[in-house]
Amino acid sequence: MSDHDKLYSTKLQDRIERSTIMMFVYTAIAVAIGGIVEIVPLFYLPNTGMGVDRNGQFTDFNNTSHKDLQGNAIPMDKIVWNPAKSAHKTMDEWQPGDGVRPYKPLELAGRYVFIREGCFLCHSQMIRPFRDEKDRYGHYSIAEESMYDHTYQWGSKRTGPDLARVGAKYSDEWHRKHLKYPRDVVPESVMPNFFFLDKQPIDAVKLEKTMVVMTKMPFNPVPKSIYTDAYIANAKAEVAGKTEMDGVIAFLQSLGNHVKFEEGVNYRD
Amino acid sequence: MEATNATAVKYDMDVVRWFTIASAVFAVAGTLMGVYVASELAWPFLNFDIPEITFGRLRPLHTNTVIFAFGGNVLMATGYYIVQRTGATKLWSNSLAWFTFWGWQAIIVSAVITLPLGLSQGKEYAELPWWSDIMIAVVWVLYGLNYIMTVGIRKTSHIYVSNWFTMGMIVMITYIHVVNSLAIPVDWATSYSIFSGVQDAMVQWWWGHNAVGFYLTGGFLGIMYYFIPKQAQRPVFSYRLSVLHFWTLTFGYVWLGAHHLQYTALPDWTGSLGAGISLAMIIPSWGGAMNGMMTLSGAWDKLRTDYIMRFLVTAMAFYAMSTFDGPVMAIKTVNALSHYTDWTVGHVHAGALGWMAMISFGAMYHMVKKLWNTEMYSDKLVNVHFWVALIGATTYIVAMWVSGIMQGLMWRDYDEYGTLTYTFVESVQAMHPYYVMRMIGGLIFNLGTWICLYNIVMTVRQASAKRGVIAATAKA
Repeated sequence: MSDHDKLYSTKLQDRIERSTIMMFVYTAIAVAIGGIVEIVPLFYLPNTGMGVDRNGQFTDFNNTSHKDLQGNAIPMDKIVWNPAKSAHKTMDEWQPGDGVRPYKPLELAGRYVFIREGCFLCHSQMIRPFRDEKDRYGHYSIAEESMYDHTYQWGSKRTGPDLARVGAKYSDEWHRKHLKYPRDVVPESVMPNFFFLDKQPIDAVKLEKTMVVMTKMPFNPVPKSIYTDAYIANAKAEVAGKTEMDGVIAFLQSLGNHVKFEEGVNYRD
Repeated sequence: MEATNATAVKYDMDVVRWFTIASAVFAVAGTLMGVYVASELAWPFLNFDIPEITFGRLRPLHTNTVIFAFGGNVLMATGYYIVQRTGATKLWSNSLAWFTFWGWQAIIVSAVITLPLGLSQGKEYAELPWWSDIMIAVVWVLYGLNYIMTVGIRKTSHIYVSNWFTMGMIVMITYIHVVNSLAIPVDWATSYSIFSGVQDAMVQWWWGHNAVGFYLTGGFLGIMYYFIPKQAQRPVFSYRLSVLHFWTLTFGYVWLGAHHLQYTALPDWTGSLGAGISLAMIIPSWGGAMNGMMTLSGAWDKLRTDYIMRFLVTAMAFYAMSTFDGPVMAIKTVNALSHYTDWTVGHVHAGALGWMAMISFGAMYHMVKKLWNTEMYSDKLVNVHFWVALIGATTYIVAMWVSGIMQGLMWRDYDEYGTLTYTFVESVQAMHPYYVMRMIGGLIFNLGTWICLYNIVMTVRQASAKRGVIAATAKA
């Protein structure tokens, strides 16, 4: 037997090693499996925040069901705001506790700035179910709360505190001072000064296009019943004269108070 | 597996030379950027109230420069080098290789321009605008095509193990880059992911962790399996171990992304699955590290005199260490403490500085000598670079480990009355000395990259001068 034909491992491995095509195909299959197993079910299982179909209609959230302390199912429209079933029919009527809603125009414009400035690199938006996080930030986050977050912003690092429930914790005036010159308010802070946001007007054209894009998403688009044509058309007027600073503040104030959580209820199973 | 008639083959090495020089340049640029963003966290006035250089915009530029500019150029340099030499063949297409060179540099230029301007898709390590993503996909697939076709036209019977790892990387990076970049553009600058919330998070970390697993690990293991045996002039310790290493890693690594999302709104089973397989990955990772290190068995004395070997072997030690650190951090109870802290940053840099950069430097020095057919301008400087890099990396990692664990402990600490002991900002304040120490570690490491660049440039100049003399003598 010449060295060329000698078998160093198994027959299969030997065949694969001699064939570019086999090596390519076997590798391509081996690397595909893990991702498929972990990602695909998240579109079909309950508790994954999948609640709007591609036509913009609310679905049954893949049979998600949260139970209150008496064991009764909490209707999903108490968790995610559905104008058809809620007493509050429009974005302007919506009240905290009515359930998860998409962003209002000014908030969405602020969210764009939040992403642009890389805020997510230091601020998470995902509270874990631990005692200290509850005391520090509030109730743990649930999947439905970020269902409209195209480009999720959970973050991976807390150089600064979590922001998932920062809404309504501080006044607008505090946020304005803090965002402009953080160390004027919190001397130990290492956050950059974002004073320049106060001088930059909101790009209304981009905002309007963004709202349209959000209704066209293949997964969890904003329902057209919420972002109606009239609502989108009115966005420009809504943000007229507003700065990017106003947008960021509106975005921050909108975070975390959509759902009314009941003590003791398990919202993740 | 090198062909015996290698001397008869005329390789396409010009493009490899350019990739190698680019690697040395971007090693300097990427780590320098890192030093600056680290300084901004230690002394925030360094943001200078200039939007383009604030931390939030520069940090992506640092990560993109080290991953795509430094790492990418190293991977393509070594990839084109290894695939030719192990297959005893020229490249399938030399002009396509040049296209990938200029295409890749164009992508880097797009990053340098767009990231400071604030164009970001809001996903870590995938911030670049949608049209840059398309450029990356095109150049990457063409690199893959050229690579695999070159494997196809090899003159050797078996495909050498380095090429398995590189092919695995090429396929996986194509998958994850394409899926994670699926977005709907709003205009030329802005786009939003088609996924949201839970699904987007899982897709992002499937991308994030496999960029580490296949690009920064798989690709660099390809480097390890070629350059350690070549530098040691010994065969790989165990061929069978390399078979095991490759298939277990290729199949298993893919599952790890979910461990970045433990205790989040993601269903619990996903994170647990990610954690379980992360733990199992210690075995192939350590098998691979052993395989690299034991290749030196019986020739350990080389470490005394061969400074390039020092880089390669130290890299394996760091590889073993980070592939232990990682699975430990994936354990749920540890993750509860380590997640969101600087420990993660320390872990990443143990891999990036200790493993990836060290093996790159070793490979770059080895290639420079072969590509220009010369000795290094200064072996002493290689040794100095080694020690500087080692001290810098260690300082950095230790700083982040300490600060990370301290952060985690401060956040969860309760006083005797059952209230939180520390406000958040007290933890920020407590980090200051470690952020300074991290910056110093980074600065030392960056100093090493300057030494490396200087040494390589002088070596190339020296080789060119010598060639000039020979040419002149030949004419006369």
